[in-house]
Amino acid sequence: MNANPKRFPVRLNIKKGFVDMSHGAGGRAMAQLIEELFVRHFDNELLRKGNDQAAFDVGGGRMVMSVDGHVISPLFFPGGDIGSLAVHGTVNDVAMSGAKPLYLSAGFILEEGFPLADLDRIVASMGKASRDTGVPVVCGDTKVVERGKGDGVFITTTGVGVVPAGIEISGDLARPGDAVLVSGTLGDHGVAIMSSRENLTFETTIESDSAALHGLVADLVAGVESIHVLRDPTRGGLATTLNEIASQSGVGMQLEEDAIPVRPAVSAACELLGLDPLYVANEGKLVCICPEEHAGRALEIMREHPLGRSAAIIGRVTEDTHGFVQMETGFGGNRVLDWLSSEQLPRIC
Amino acid sequence: MRFVDEFRSRDVAQKLAAGIAEAADTDRDYRLMEFCGGHTHAIFRYGIQDLMPANVRFIHGPGCPVCVLPIGRIDNAIKLARDDEVILCIYGDLLRVPGSRQTSLLKLKATGADVRMVYSTTDALRIARENPGRQVVFFAIGFETTTPATAVALLAAEREGLENFTVFCNHVLTPAAIQNILQSPEVRDIGSVSIDGFLGPSHVSSIIGSKPYEFFAEEYQKPVVIAGFEPLDVMQSALMLIRQLNEGRHEVENEYTRVVTREGNVKAQQLVADVFELRREFEWRGLGFVPYSALRIKSRFAAFDAEERFDVPALRGSDVKGCECPSILRGAARPTDCKLFGTVCTPDNPMGSCMVSSEGACAAYWSYGRFRKAPEEAAA
Repeated sequence: MNANPKRFPVRLNIKKGFVDMSHGAGGRAMAQLIEELFVRHFDNELLRKGNDQAAFDVGGGRMVMSVDGHVISPLFFPGGDIGSLAVHGTVNDVAMSGAKPLYLSAGFILEEGFPLADLDRIVASMGKASRDTGVPVVCGDTKVVERGKGDGVFITTTGVGVVPAGIEISGDLARPGDAVLVSGTLGDHGVAIMSSRENLTFETTIESDSAALHGLVADLVAGVESIHVLRDPTRGGLATTLNEIASQSGVGMQLEEDAIPVRPAVSAACELLGLDPLYVANEGKLVCICPEEHAGRALEIMREHPLGRSAAIIGRVTEDTHGFVQMETGFGGNRVLDWLSSEQLPRIC
Repeated sequence: MRFVDEFRSRDVAQKLAAGIAEAADTDRDYRLMEFCGGHTHAIFRYGIQDLMPANVRFIHGPGCPVCVLPIGRIDNAIKLARDDEVILCIYGDLLRVPGSRQTSLLKLKATGADVRMVYSTTDALRIARENPGRQVVFFAIGFETTTPATAVALLAAEREGLENFTVFCNHVLTPAAIQNILQSPEVRDIGSVSIDGFLGPSHVSSIIGSKPYEFFAEEYQKPVVIAGFEPLDVMQSALMLIRQLNEGRHEVENEYTRVVTREGNVKAQQLVADVFELRREFEWRGLGFVPYSALRIKSRFAAFDAEERFDVPALRGSDVKGCECPSILRGAARPTDCKLFGTVCTPDNPMGSCMVSSEGACAAYWSYGRFRKAPEEAAA
């Protein structure tokens, strides 16, 4: 896929053009889209070879692989867009095993009629996120579906990474007595998305927390003697993530509401909409579960990292065959934090 | 958060809890019905029952608009939404309420019906303006709190001559429902359900005032305390009810003075009176047909009444066999008394309306409180 100006005498009209069926048909139009848009933004040696796959050495250790589909609406939101999210989401999923993420692949499903200018903006943002995180996109795929059969653009990314020897981090390793930590304020991403949806316009300064957490994970893995579980509380929020871990590990959890960091603006927006911030999505936060004696060190490391400034110890793992996640409320009572049922829906009055 | 945190203070809660423990006479029980789903939600969300002595019990009332909506009306809405020309605008809670044969608007939406979740009547009006070629039906639901907003929408539609906008009116009235509960044989004669006093509605009362409750506090000799939705409001109101009961009083007291007056919001009442009139009777889930308990749109606005524009027959839906929603809504059964609770009926797959809305007793009990009474069943 070496640049060859003669192959495409007329450049792609990124400013005013639209995706059409030919961009996914495998012919010259698709090759041009790949070269003038995707390769331009993702540029790296492996991608430039123009193969349908990328070949690379990974060195020793266990390999980690993860995949994540991104179908967000709106495509552009305060603090990010579908492109940066597609990089961060998969980098984080790989990193939560304690691995160093190495490479990404990207699959695009484009809807006929989607403006090339928007696509260019998304891919540029994705390229920047990939350069910033140091995890290149080394292969990809593009398909076009007819108008009305997609929602602008869907992006699926796959990530691979390698776990350093001796690291064993997994959702089924939480043990009674362990401490539960979060790396920062909860609910920012979900509220930023909701506030920018067209049928719900209220002005807020809340930005999505979308960020790649592999640097923070590397610091934790290097500095904390033993970490049992790492997970990013994305869809379903903290409550659902902790329920997943409780059920995988066969334990319960007891949290303290007052210890859980939530921005006042997020609380206020949730209050207004009848939502619970503990069930709202995050894209730049992690949950860390480790033996109690290491919790202080883990907290220190998190707080030293730019993405963990408001980290907190929020509770502990308990022995509970029912797998209940419970929380002492700020009010002094106790409640169960259940799995999220369906979508969170606002209450009537 | 100002004006919120003050009403959720742990220290004040501890003091109130001590006050309640001191005031409650250990030789008797106090069964307090919180009418509104908002109260039910607060009781479970903040764990208020934990802070009460064992002989003070909350009985969850029928004040969740989604829960009391009869299945027939959901079936009507499902039929309306099946019309390709129609965009049905609804409040979020309604999406998952099961109609007959376990259909719901959410399932219907998945098959291509144009059902849109809105946050206010202004959203529905906007959708109507933006889609002149389609019929936009707003599913109006709620107690007196949401009725004025629907009135405003109907007036706006009339003013603008919005020919493609109609309202499917399901607004219901609180005092009629409370009276119906007090008159039910279970409460009056058999005594199987004893209710000693009421935590009165908060948002509803901001519109209608505290005056309408005076009649049945007197007639049925039950104290009523208008209670705010914050957890401290609920506790303070419980204490006020306990004091009234100890002293043999049965008055309407107002704990929620920061919002509610005796007369209420007269302007809103006038708006509602301009646009709506009483229905002779309306079906409530759990309570059956209750006379003069709901509103319909006045004939002046017939052009904007979905029941006039479309074919909306009176349908009698039937509850799923074994579903105890009707008794739960009357306070005659608890969620755990229902065989379906937590077995086939969960918030993920609700069989009855009480499991749908987060204000419904079953959903609140499942989400926040089930570990207390029945951890074995809940985990099964």
